[in-house]
Amino acid sequence: MSLLSVSNLHASVVTDEGPQPILKGLTLQVNPGEVHAIMGPNGSGKSTLANVLSGRPGYTVDGGTAVLGNDPLLELEPFERAQLGLFLAFQYPVEIPGVSNMEFLKASMDSLARARGEEQPNTATFMKRVRELASSLDLDPAFLKRGVNEGFSGGEKKRNEIMQLLLLDPKLAVLDETDSGLDIDALQTVAEGVNRYRSSDNGVILITHYQRLLDYIVPDFVHVLSNGSIVQSGDKSLALELEAKGYAWLT
Amino acid sequence: MSTSTVDDLVESGSEYHAGFVTDVESETLPPGLDEDVVRYISARKGEPQWLTDWRLKAFASWQEMREPKWAHVHYPPINFQEISYYSAPKSQTDGPRSLDEVDPELLRTYEKLGIPLHEQAALAGVVPDPAAIGTPAGANVAVDVVFDSVSIATTFKENLAEAGVIFCPISEAVHSHPELVQKYLGSVIPQRDNYYAALNSAVFSDGSFVYIPKGVRCPMELSTYFRINERNTGQFERTLIIADEGSHVSYLEGCTAPMRDENQLHAAVVELVALGDAQIKYSTVQNWYPGDENGKGGIYNFVTKRGLCAGPRAKISWTQVETGSAITWKYPSVVLRGDESVGEFYSVALTNNRQQADTGTKMIHMGKNTKSTIVSKGISAGGSENCYRGLVRISPTAQNARNFTQCDSLLIGDQCGAHTFPYIENKNNSATVEHEASTSKVSDDQLFACQQRGIETEQAVSMIVNGFCKEVFRELPMEFAVEAGKLLEVSLEGAVG
Repeated sequence: MSLLSVSNLHASVVTDEGPQPILKGLTLQVNPGEVHAIMGPNGSGKSTLANVLSGRPGYTVDGGTAVLGNDPLLELEPFERAQLGLFLAFQYPVEIPGVSNMEFLKASMDSLARARGEEQPNTATFMKRVRELASSLDLDPAFLKRGVNEGFSGGEKKRNEIMQLLLLDPKLAVLDETDSGLDIDALQTVAEGVNRYRSSDNGVILITHYQRLLDYIVPDFVHVLSNGSIVQSGDKSLALELEAKGYAWLT
Repeated sequence: MSTSTVDDLVESGSEYHAGFVTDVESETLPPGLDEDVVRYISARKGEPQWLTDWRLKAFASWQEMREPKWAHVHYPPINFQEISYYSAPKSQTDGPRSLDEVDPELLRTYEKLGIPLHEQAALAGVVPDPAAIGTPAGANVAVDVVFDSVSIATTFKENLAEAGVIFCPISEAVHSHPELVQKYLGSVIPQRDNYYAALNSAVFSDGSFVYIPKGVRCPMELSTYFRINERNTGQFERTLIIADEGSHVSYLEGCTAPMRDENQLHAAVVELVALGDAQIKYSTVQNWYPGDENGKGGIYNFVTKRGLCAGPRAKISWTQVETGSAITWKYPSVVLRGDESVGEFYSVALTNNRQQADTGTKMIHMGKNTKSTIVSKGISAGGSENCYRGLVRISPTAQNARNFTQCDSLLIGDQCGAHTFPYIENKNNSATVEHEASTSKVSDDQLFACQQRGIETEQAVSMIVNGFCKEVFRELPMEFAVEAGKLLEVSLEGAVG
């Protein structure tokens, strides 16, 4: 059984001038254990795909389906999709002043556990685990007491996203340009985190502009998104080809 | 955030938690107000002549005064002749000699209100074992209960007496410590200070009296729970707290009222006096019935609270979390008369549905090197209106006075209003006055970030709002901070679609 099955997905972004179609019949299947990289020029619909899958407000679904495991996603509330195991690593993580990272992570863990009928993690064990993860990603444990992403550098925000990925251990991770704005050291740390997360049970959708991330996280499939649908799919070599030739030959 | 609060949120629906009426026989004066009513109240309490005269003088002032109209609130005119000005639980007529004599129905009321167990034990006269309770902060709380108009139970008296602390109903203090009451009553808020203070001075029912002797650090937090429990009965508490030189006291006020259809007037007066080097910390959590979602019912909360830093290096700190009442009109203030005295005001005011709040503070700097801090967090949701109104006055005598004011407003939805009316009167060139203000919305991005981690919408809103209020919450005593967070959660139900 596939982990994620997106079929003929049509979606629009809501603008002041009315809905503007972005995804125009996108089909994608992710099986357990697979990493799919999605590349494509600006405006091709990469981030829209991540947002529509996770249920971000401001988008309308005009047709098609997306199923995670056995659960159709598109009618669900964003928190229900998260509870089913869909994780979005944000391109621009937001700051939530006054809410400490630890408090936020505990609320998240507890919500997920409750929704799945699991026992909520013991606070001491939980905090220990969070601290270990933080230091493994070169995050100063002191940051856990600070507000969510409050005063974080761009790199810290992205590493925080990866820490959450490792902590929450979702079924499917969608990484929306997690590599943007990272220097090479941070990029390696982030990639190392994603590789640690990878297992034969879960899946990753890696949205990126640049081939260089794929040097560290080796994808099973590379797809090129253009004008709202996948125009080309291949393996890692496709990314290298794109690096050399650009997107123009495909669009 | 603990899970139990989340579960409570889910279970509670949108019903007002404390909406029930205790069935206790009451002796209630018929509606109406004239000199005879004032005399009756005074006589009922067996007050000395000076106090009867004091009340009558207040009543005469009140009759000459007009209801204030400058606040940013709207409500139909109040008919003061339709209000009953005295009500006492009947079982009280003979006066309970001990807590065993307290009507069990009243104790059940406190149980329903979710008064923490250790405080119920305190009510039942049991001195709690701190080790058994686990939270040192919660272990030492003395509760003086105002049930309708008469204080029916005062606990921990003996422990306090050992320290020389007087903590009793003001009606009792009038008899047991007449010199203190006569000296300080009205010394901070004169009878004719304002319309509602004058009314209160004429007809005040009961309230707390606290005196901390020189150099004494009060051994426990003092706490009063208020309830309004009689149909159509205005409630006019009068609280007087005196901290003698070099003493410390922390006082907690928590309020909740049963559900009502008609509006109820509440016009309390709280006076604080801190002599030299004394410190008073006064914390309030207020969740009186705010009315239903259409604005029907709810309490009118027109309160005068003021503290006087009478001597050098005195400090008065007000912390309030206000989520209740249909209309709030309240400006806990500090008069900084002593040199180097300090005034603080930390406030969270949350309005939802049709609630209206006009609240803030006044810091009156008179002494040299006086310092005040104002941190106000206003949260508006639904169709509510939330105003901060504050005055910082630097008198010509207040050399090197300093004030820092921070007013932040948070909007939830697009039907509510937030307003800030800061007044600054500076008559001394050496003073420093700073004012910062911000208005923000709970952003869709923040909400989505929480939801994407599995956190449900209402909990997400509550978490974001709690974060916004953190600077104020950390000023609250621990047990109040928990209650305050929970209150915000309940008060915000349904605020986000």
